[in-house]
Amino acid sequence: MSAPTGEVYRIDRLPGTDVLHGTCRCGAEHTGDDPVGMWEWMLAHPDGHRLPEGGTAR
Amino acid sequence: MPHSTAFARNQWYVAAYSEEVGRELLGRTVIGEPLVFYRAEEDGAAVALHDRCVHRRFPLSASGLDGDRIVCGYHGFTYDRTGACVYVPGQKRVPRTARVASYPVVEQDSLVWVWIGDPALADPRTIPRARHLDGPGWVTVRGMEPIDADYGLLVDNLLDLSHETYLHGGHIGTPEVAETPITTEVDEGAGIIRISRHMDDTECPSFHARSTGIEGRITRRQDIEYHAPCLYLLHSRIAPVGVVPEPDGSDPHGFHTEITYAITPSAYGKVYDFWMVSRDWATDDGEVTEFLRGNNHTVVMQDVDALNLLQRTLGTERTGHQELSINIDTGGLAARRILGRLVEEGAEPAEGVR
Repeated sequence: MSAPTGEVYRIDRLPGTDVLHGTCRCGAEHTGDDPVGMWEWMLAHPDGHRLPEGGTAR
Repeated sequence: MPHSTAFARNQWYVAAYSEEVGRELLGRTVIGEPLVFYRAEEDGAAVALHDRCVHRRFPLSASGLDGDRIVCGYHGFTYDRTGACVYVPGQKRVPRTARVASYPVVEQDSLVWVWIGDPALADPRTIPRARHLDGPGWVTVRGMEPIDADYGLLVDNLLDLSHETYLHGGHIGTPEVAETPITTEVDEGAGIIRISRHMDDTECPSFHARSTGIEGRITRRQDIEYHAPCLYLLHSRIAPVGVVPEPDGSDPHGFHTEITYAITPSAYGKVYDFWMVSRDWATDDGEVTEFLRGNNHTVVMQDVDALNLLQRTLGTERTGHQELSINIDTGGLAARRILGRLVEEGAEPAEGVR
């Protein structure tokens, strides 16, 4: 509890599939089928993080 | 060294239930620190001191109280509530270094929290709340089981509820629990992991059918909030299919159960499993209370047996054994990472921060 809140990472499993959909705290999105790879992508921020079209950086 | 996750210092941990701390000395080990607890006569406050006499390391928890002073049961070294030694046998001069550490303690929501780390950093406002534990309109059953397993295994267990289907099948698990997609959110700054599983139309497990009296299929929500490293909250709502909260947010026809765990690492390879189940329904029905107490104890013991076995098994493995993580482990992996960060932040350059 040493840093301010608000840096939220979110991972959903898409209904009816085995696909994970991740949303970084910056708004960038990523899909994959392996939670280890998903967390690696998430924590590599900002490397490889492109915002969805029309998104603004947070 | 048994299979173990490193300990995070500079954190609050649940050491006991309030009702456990009284005029009998209570010994507990929290992240490797042996502690002795008692309740002071003077003002009713809970006191936590290091549980070793400075003389020959006798456990003070195996000693006795004289008013608010602990008298060592071996040679009579006597300590006040601040940990200062005020009497030694056979001489008038008390050595200047004769003192045991005292620890910041906060009693909140019927839990006794202790701060392990630099006392100057202890901020009670950072302790997560669990108001339902002694709030009006709630009834709680509780217990504590010591497990001979790494606390990381208990975190893994609680953050992936799909194990309910298999380990607790026939009690709280149904096939849909393991099949329902989950959503995982990590609030990095706050150190909170949220895992949600919402089942719109599902079978009612026999455990819940018997305790709530619901017949037929249910809507079931399980929303986990893990406040690393110690407090785990599982907000559970079940209701007959079609029964939804009112527009004003009240929910008089839903059955709300708050499942609370305090995951308190003890020595390496050992953890205290504090479990609590609170409900806001049938609160005056003693039969339901006893049913929930007995059945939850059974479920907890299924976890205890499984984790004891897992720890023993891991102890026979070569180091660097392989694991395979799948989608259900998304939350557990997040917890490991947050715990790793807390361990790093709490790492101290030298022994003896008190």
